[in-house]
Amino acid sequence: MSIKLYDIAHSRAGDKGNTLILSLIPYEEKDYELLCNLVTADKVKEHFKEIIHGEIVRYELPNISALQFVCQQALAGGVTTSLVMDTHGKTLSYALLEMEIEK
Amino acid sequence: MKQKDKLRIGCGAGFSGDRLEPAVILAEKGDLDYLVLECLAERTIALAQKRKAADPAQGYDPLLERRIELLLPLLKKNKIRLITNMGAANPVAAADKIIEIAKRQGISIKVAAVTGDDVLEHISGDEIAMETGNPISRSGQIVSANAYLGADAILPALETGADIIITGRVADPSLFVAPLVHEFGWSLDDTNIIAKGTVIGHLMECAGQITGGYFADPIKKPIENMSALGHPFADVYRDGGATISKVDGTGGCITLATAKEQLLYEVTSPHQYMTPDVSADFTTVYLKQDEKDCIKVTGGNGNKKPSMLKVSIGYKAGFTGEGEITYAGANALKRAQLAGEIIQQRLNSQFPALRIDYIGHTSVHHTSLANNYKPYEVRLRVACKAATADEAAIIGEEVEALYTNGPAGGGGVRKYINEVMGIVSILIDRNKTKSSVIVKSYEH
Repeated sequence: MSIKLYDIAHSRAGDKGNTLILSLIPYEEKDYELLCNLVTADKVKEHFKEIIHGEIVRYELPNISALQFVCQQALAGGVTTSLVMDTHGKTLSYALLEMEIEK
Repeated sequence: MKQKDKLRIGCGAGFSGDRLEPAVILAEKGDLDYLVLECLAERTIALAQKRKAADPAQGYDPLLERRIELLLPLLKKNKIRLITNMGAANPVAAADKIIEIAKRQGISIKVAAVTGDDVLEHISGDEIAMETGNPISRSGQIVSANAYLGADAILPALETGADIIITGRVADPSLFVAPLVHEFGWSLDDTNIIAKGTVIGHLMECAGQITGGYFADPIKKPIENMSALGHPFADVYRDGGATISKVDGTGGCITLATAKEQLLYEVTSPHQYMTPDVSADFTTVYLKQDEKDCIKVTGGNGNKKPSMLKVSIGYKAGFTGEGEITYAGANALKRAQLAGEIIQQRLNSQFPALRIDYIGHTSVHHTSLANNYKPYEVRLRVACKAATADEAAIIGEEVEALYTNGPAGGGGVRKYINEVMGIVSILIDRNKTKSSVIVKSYEH
């Protein structure tokens, strides 16, 4: 069955310069392993290929059953001088949750 | 000797433009020992520096006066000490302003301003920007340079016994670590205990972001009474353990999920969350729902603080011009796209880096993710950088001219010109910064 990440997880986006930071947190802690297996850094890189131009590193935080993606060259040059509407990339959390996975 | 075994710290603002009344409710009903207001984003201080250059009595947070007017009587009545970075580019002028308000209200007050974050005079322009790899002078005319100071800079201000401690640029978690160190007598070299304080500060610093505010989603994460969102307070114990909660009856909620989202917010390296005070390991933090709207925080190990401090450099980055116009109904997107093409053709030679967005369709994410969604209305947005305000104005003028020159049905034009302040970062040896405290008081 194909589902969106939105169905089972939530996310918040943060920024540091041109770096985008995305958390991915399952509503049910039992889904943490599923996310670890299916939402790899490569999968996120493919999902965001039109937006994120740099490396993506995934951190696992089993202590709180959450994943963190740190994405380089992701904010069109950075918060302060970029021309984009959402200079912080805050809306990108919901773009991550658009990703479809097979459950 | 220090006596307290538990300290209650509230966070009444998570950014410069935050709501005023959550802090008032915390001061009124929160039974607080300390109130923190975190009001200084990376770029805010560069803008404040500009105001100070125009008027030496300015350069502090624009909402300082309104916040202090509301809070001062409550702080005094309930014996709460306030720590805030609302000093922005001018903590001493901010202290003077607070004294002026206290006189007006007939309240005795002692204010300590922390200075030393402004390191502009030590900057040559040859320093290499972390973001670009080039000398910072190449980014543009430098207008500000502020080092992120730590808890060690705030402690002397607390030791003066001041009711209000007002700083410029300090690391956000340090606003919380400092009172903990001061009251519990923690050692700044005890990395594990400072890491615990830093975790608590990080969870608290964005105020409504941990109380269900920025967390909310009406379908998947519905939150009650958001229009009266409460801001958080932490009960911190001498061993560094803490619970985070909020005033009964306020809106929002504090749950495992809200706390997890905030713990990871803006963290680029969960194993090494770096502040001037410590390098904290967030993978060793544990969260537990204690009761309704109450989260218990434990764990959090630390490593040695960095020898270098981060400095935010503000520089003049020219202007942006923007214009917007809306299309609705049949083929709204097609007409907006035609308008976009027309603008592109007309401005391409003068503004090759023109940005064209279709608001309602793909403006925030230029991706194929939008293909599944079809809009009834679309707003064309055109934006570009320019060296001067006059040049930037051309963008809006061109969009406005779509009124008569078409395509059909365009309406609601808005034009904007903004001066842009850019930010790059460098590192400096922490021994090169020297903080000091200036005390001002008023006896009624």
